[in-house]
Formats: sequence, structure tokens, C-alpha cells
Amino acid sequence: MIREHMRPAIVSFLLLTIITGILYPLSVTGIAQVLFRERANGSLIYRDENPIGSLLIGQHFDDPKYFWGRISSTSSVRFNAASSSGSNLGPTNSVLTDAVKVRIEALRAADPDNTSTIPVDLVTSSASGLDPHISLAAAYYQIPRVARLRGLSQETVKSMVRKHSYNRFLGLIGEPVVNVLKVNLDLDSYKTEYNMDI
Amino acid sequence: MNWNNVIQGLIFLTTVVLLAKPLGIYMARVYEGKPAGLNVLLGLVERWIYRLSGIYPETSMSWKGYAMAMMLFNGIGIAVVYALQRLQAYLPLNPMSMPGVAPDLAFNIAVSFATNTNWQSYGGETTLSYLTQMVGLTVQNFVSAATGMAILVALIRGFIQKQAETIGNFWVDLVRTTLYILLPLSMVLAILLVSQGVVQTFKPYEKVTLLQPVKDGNGAEVQEQVLALGPAASQITIKELGTNGGGFFNVNSAHPFENPTPLSNFLEVVAILLIPAALCYTFGYMVKDKRQGWVLLAAMLIIFIPCLWSCIYFEQHGNPLFNSLGINQKATAFQPGGNMEGKEARFGIVNSAIWAVATTAASNGSVNSMHDSYTPLGGLIPMWLIQLGEVVFGGVGSGLYGMIAFVIIAVFIAGLMIGRTPEYLGKKIETYEMKMASLMILIPPALVLAGTAVAVIWPQTKVSIFNPGPHGFSEVLYAFSSAGNNNGSAFGGLSANTPFYNIALGLAMFFARYWLAIPILAIAGSLSRKKIVPVNQGTLPTHTPLFVVFLVMVVLIVGALTFFPALVLGPIVEHFILHHS
Repeated sequence: MIREHMRPAIVSFLLLTIITGILYPLSVTGIAQVLFRERANGSLIYRDENPIGSLLIGQHFDDPKYFWGRISSTSSVRFNAASSSGSNLGPTNSVLTDAVKVRIEALRAADPDNTSTIPVDLVTSSASGLDPHISLAAAYYQIPRVARLRGLSQETVKSMVRKHSYNRFLGLIGEPVVNVLKVNLDLDSYKTEYNMDI
Repeated sequence: MNWNNVIQGLIFLTTVVLLAKPLGIYMARVYEGKPAGLNVLLGLVERWIYRLSGIYPETSMSWKGYAMAMMLFNGIGIAVVYALQRLQAYLPLNPMSMPGVAPDLAFNIAVSFATNTNWQSYGGETTLSYLTQMVGLTVQNFVSAATGMAILVALIRGFIQKQAETIGNFWVDLVRTTLYILLPLSMVLAILLVSQGVVQTFKPYEKVTLLQPVKDGNGAEVQEQVLALGPAASQITIKELGTNGGGFFNVNSAHPFENPTPLSNFLEVVAILLIPAALCYTFGYMVKDKRQGWVLLAAMLIIFIPCLWSCIYFEQHGNPLFNSLGINQKATAFQPGGNMEGKEARFGIVNSAIWAVATTAASNGSVNSMHDSYTPLGGLIPMWLIQLGEVVFGGVGSGLYGMIAFVIIAVFIAGLMIGRTPEYLGKKIETYEMKMASLMILIPPALVLAGTAVAVIWPQTKVSIFNPGPHGFSEVLYAFSSAGNNNGSAFGGLSANTPFYNIALGLAMFFARYWLAIPILAIAGSLSRKKIVPVNQGTLPTHTPLFVVFLVMVVLIVGALTFFPALVLGPIVEHFILHHS
């Protein structure tokens, strides 16, 4: 019985491999590169024609003048986009509580006057270690600090946050978020424009 | 729970149920060999495959022949994926110069993808070349799904046919599933996902300059970020549709390049349940009693929906240890709140929990959040859904044939209660069917419990455990539940890329798949040979709400009783520790 199935098994495996493993990914790539070229190649953001990041991949910020993102647990460097990873820390693991406390202390030290409670997504690790977003609450929490250190009004900073925030899809699906890298890029370019005015 | 959580859950459920009928009819037409709309183009390809492969589509096989063809085809798949990984350093399309994969890991990956499990003890972007991902894994995503669906169709023929010696042609079922169902759906969905930002390119990884340089583990300054890319959209589309679940990148659909927006997330999570739900309708349509299909879908939903709301509830409740630290875990219009450790901001609590429940109810196993970081009870639900035997939706094909095995058990028990010969869809259920169905129900729990027991007493395996205390036990139990039921998701803290785990979990996946597939084909063969008994006064109606409840109870009692002691040692004791410390 094996002999009679041998040829169908081998040849059909080969043909299905060509169709689903070569022709299918190639045709998806072809269509994608024509219709959505920029997105298919990683949604890169350019500054002065140099790639400065991806709209979809977060970067690490701990300078108080920038907005901070989610905690990243990738190794060997945080936000390592060549090796995505979550923390995998369980809820009862003391390492988790310690990491959260360290982050709280850093946030408090950077902005001692801010006594409001800290939004949970700002003190926890993302699943990918590459989360480009924070919640609106996490962004609003940081506005007083960033505005003070950059000598900007809170209204100005808030308008930048709003500009780079995304609502739920159709107002229903997903969560409203702010793109941290985009806001920080705006903050930097605002500085240069401001200096040129003087 | 807030109103938005409820609405998002309802939108998801409604979409899945509404799509079940149209896709179900389409698939039934494909399997009945009727024109289904795509024949003009694909019919040519189909006939061309038959001619070159020496397949005679009119020949029907005995159940043993069918099983032999299936095993042979799957064996070739395992061998080819193994060889591709070992040799990838010498093969083209390897822009990042990935070296050959170690033998134990290569064995694990090959079995994992052929058995529709897609357990991943490796990170895609750090281990595999583009060629291995495409020609090895993407192909298995298609054909392992098609294998499951082919076996289901063979079983359905067992109910339809009268006194027949054969159950259909494996090659035809395999080829038609791939060409007419999986390929067109994947094409459309892949393009939609790219439109959202899922990458699809053959370029090497991209280097970008960081806005703020960052220190690495040794304190050295790093100026650049390397962005892993690849032909991801084409692979992750079929990973969702075929209930495979193997991600292109390490963190699977939590990775922004696999799942960048709420819309991409919605499309992917609907794709997870799309075919398993629609196959229920296909079943009813093909046995010419649509109520029988709705009954099975209803039984699945009755288990699924409470699990969904519970998981959202526990995760939204957050981590009690954080309350005294000045952290705000409340859901508001400005933040999702809840247990955000291991979750992405754009998905929040509700979309992470919907995914976790869908991917474990179906034997998909892809993730968009890290299950290891769930609250004890929030993480218990995905684990328990796997342990129920992957019959609540389950894998494409395999979920429904698993559920039908439970139906056979249920009608047998009911038949004993009312003192009649048990029947289902006009076919008498006798000793042979009961033996085979019992095997199917006993093998996965045996693999899970024995595997877990061996893993916790085997010397030097404890170093693989990441989280201390009962949570560490949960990691091991989850790993064997996942492999022993062909799910593929993980409590990812467990370092499973060791010879022990690669081989033990590889064997569990192999037996969980084929030791169930072969008995179900035996049932198909035995049922085919039987006459159809006309409905009479003694027939137990299997289309009533009463039968739905009865079936659900059988599934729950078997699942709950088998795993309760193990679950007590893991998540349940952890829950009490968390709330009383």
C-alpha cells in the first residue's frame, strides 16, 4: 500500500510547496510592494533623509526631556528590534514588583512635584518589548515634566500629544494610544524651529 | 468590566457567527466537488497537480489507505522541514546568515509545524532564514491545516455513506482544501494585513539611528536599532486561518510588525475562529441536517463565552500587589488599566483577553500578549481551554472531529441511560466506535499529565523554570497541555529550548496529532460500512437544546475532573497566595 502512495505523496508535496511556499509569498510580496510599498518595508520614519526609526517600533527613552514609553525586556539592549521578547514575569514574582518599584522611583525622581497616581502601562513591560505606544493617561501624566524641562507651555506639549494619538478603530475596537517616538521627534523639531526664530 | 469591553467582545463573537454560514456553505460545495466560484482558474491547477502526481481523483480509499497516505505525506513534511533547517546556512534567501539549527530543536520545529501545533522554542528572527520560514514553515501551515480538514471530511462521509468500503481520496481532499479554501482566504487577508503595516519584504534587516542612544547590558552606548523584517504577512495570515499559530517573530502577534493596529488585530483574531466555526455549518450542510451543525457550534459557544468574560474580568482586575504602590489600574477613557504586564498598549486588556481565549479554544496558539504574565485565574482559563482537548472550536478539522468523538461518547452514555442502542445521524454507535472515541479522549490527558510529571522529576530540568513558586509549575503544566493538545502557545518564561523539552514536547505533539487522527479515520471507515437506521421512536434526538447541554456537560466533566488536581497545584494556589499576601 505504501508503494502506490509514494509518487502522489512526493510529487504533490513538491507541487504544493511550489504553490504555497514560493508562488504565494512571492505574489503577496509583489502586490504588497506595489500597493503598500512603505508599509511592507517596515513603515520607516526619515529625518533629513536618514532612517530614524519605524512608526511601529518603539525606542528607549529615559531622558526626562522626552516622553517615556513602555518598559522593554528585550536583551541585550532595550527595544532590541532584532530580538523581540516580553518579560514573562508572573504576577507573584518579586522581580516584577521590584522592576515596577524601580520605574516608579525613576518617574518620581524626574518629576518630584507630580503626586498623581501613575498609569499602569507606564510601569509595566509590553508583550513585544517593542511597543511604540503608551495610553493617553500615561502621556498626560508626563506632560508637566516634559513641558517644564523644555520651557514649553503644557498646552503646546498637549497639542503634540493629541496630534500623534490614535483613537479606537471606528471608535470601538482597540485602545486609544499615543505614538511616543513621533511625539518626541516633534518635540525635538519644535526646539530647532524655536531657536531659528531667535 | 466597562461598556467598551462588552461591546468589543460582542462585535468579535457576532462577526465569527455571521461568517460561519457563508463560508460553511462554500466549504461544503468544495468538498462535495461542486463548482464553488473559483474553478475557472484553480480547476486547471488542480487537474495539473493530479496529472503530474499520478493521482486518480475518482478513486476512493479504504480508511487504512487514507491513513497511510496521510501519514506518508506528513512524514515527508517532517523530514523536509528538518532538512531545510539543518542546511539553511548553505541555501539561498538567508540574508542574515543564520547558521544551521541544532538537531533537537530542528526535530521539535519540524514536528511542531507538521502537527499543526506550532509550539515555538525558538525566536523566528534570531533562528530561521527567510527560505526556511517560507518553504518550510509556510508550506506546513497550509498542508497541516489541510490534513486536519481532510480527515474531518472523511469522517463526515462516514455518516453520509451507506454500506461503503471507502472514505474518499486523501489527495483530493488535501489539494482541494489548500487550493480552494486556504489559498484564496490567505491571499486576501495577507494584503489587508500589509495595508495595516505588517511587513512583507525580502530585504535584509534595516538599521536606523536612535533618537536617544541607549546603554546595552555591559554599559556600552548603542546608537542604532536593527529592525527585523521579512516575508511576514504571507506566513502569519495562514498561521491564523489554519489554526497553526507559529509567529514569524519571537513574540508572535504581539510584535508590531505582525500585528500593528487594532484593525489588524481584529482581522487576525477573527481569522483564528473563522474556519473552525464555519466547519460546524459545513458539517450540518453535508449531513443534510443543518441543526446538527448549529448544535455543535452552540455547544462550543456555551463553553467559550463564559471563559471569554471571565478572562477579561480577571485581567481587568489587575495585580493586587500594585495597589499599594500608587499605580492607577482603573479602566478609564484614557487608559485600559488592569494587568498590563506583558500586554501591548494598542490592545489593552480586552483585545489581549479575547485573543488569549480564542487562540486556546481553537488550537491556534499564536499570542498577542504574554500568557505567562497573566493573573493566576486569567491564565488558568487559556490553559484549561487547551486541556478540554481542543474541541471548543479547536484546530481546523481536528477540533470538530474531536468534538464529534465527544458526541459519540455523549450519545453512548445517553443511550445507556434510556436503554436503547446509541445512534448518531442514523448510524449505530457500537463497541468499535466507542473504543476509538475513548482512545481519542484518553490520549491527550495521559500525554499532558504524564509529561508534566516526568518533567518535574527529571534531573536538571528545573533550571528551565523561570518564575518561582506555583507559577513555575504552571509553566511546565502549560507546556505539556499545549504540546499534548497541539495548541502551541506557552507560558513563555519556560526555557524550552533544551534537549529534554525539545524531544519530550516533540513526542507529545506527534502522538497527540496522529494517535487521534488514525482512530478517527478508523471510526470513519467503520461508520461508512453501516446502514442508515431510519429515525424511530427510540431515536435520541441530537438537535435539541437538551442534547447541547448534555454534550457540554460531558466535555466539561471529562476536562474538569481530569485536570482539577493539577490546576490546584498551579494557578489556583497561586491565586490564593496573591490575594492573601
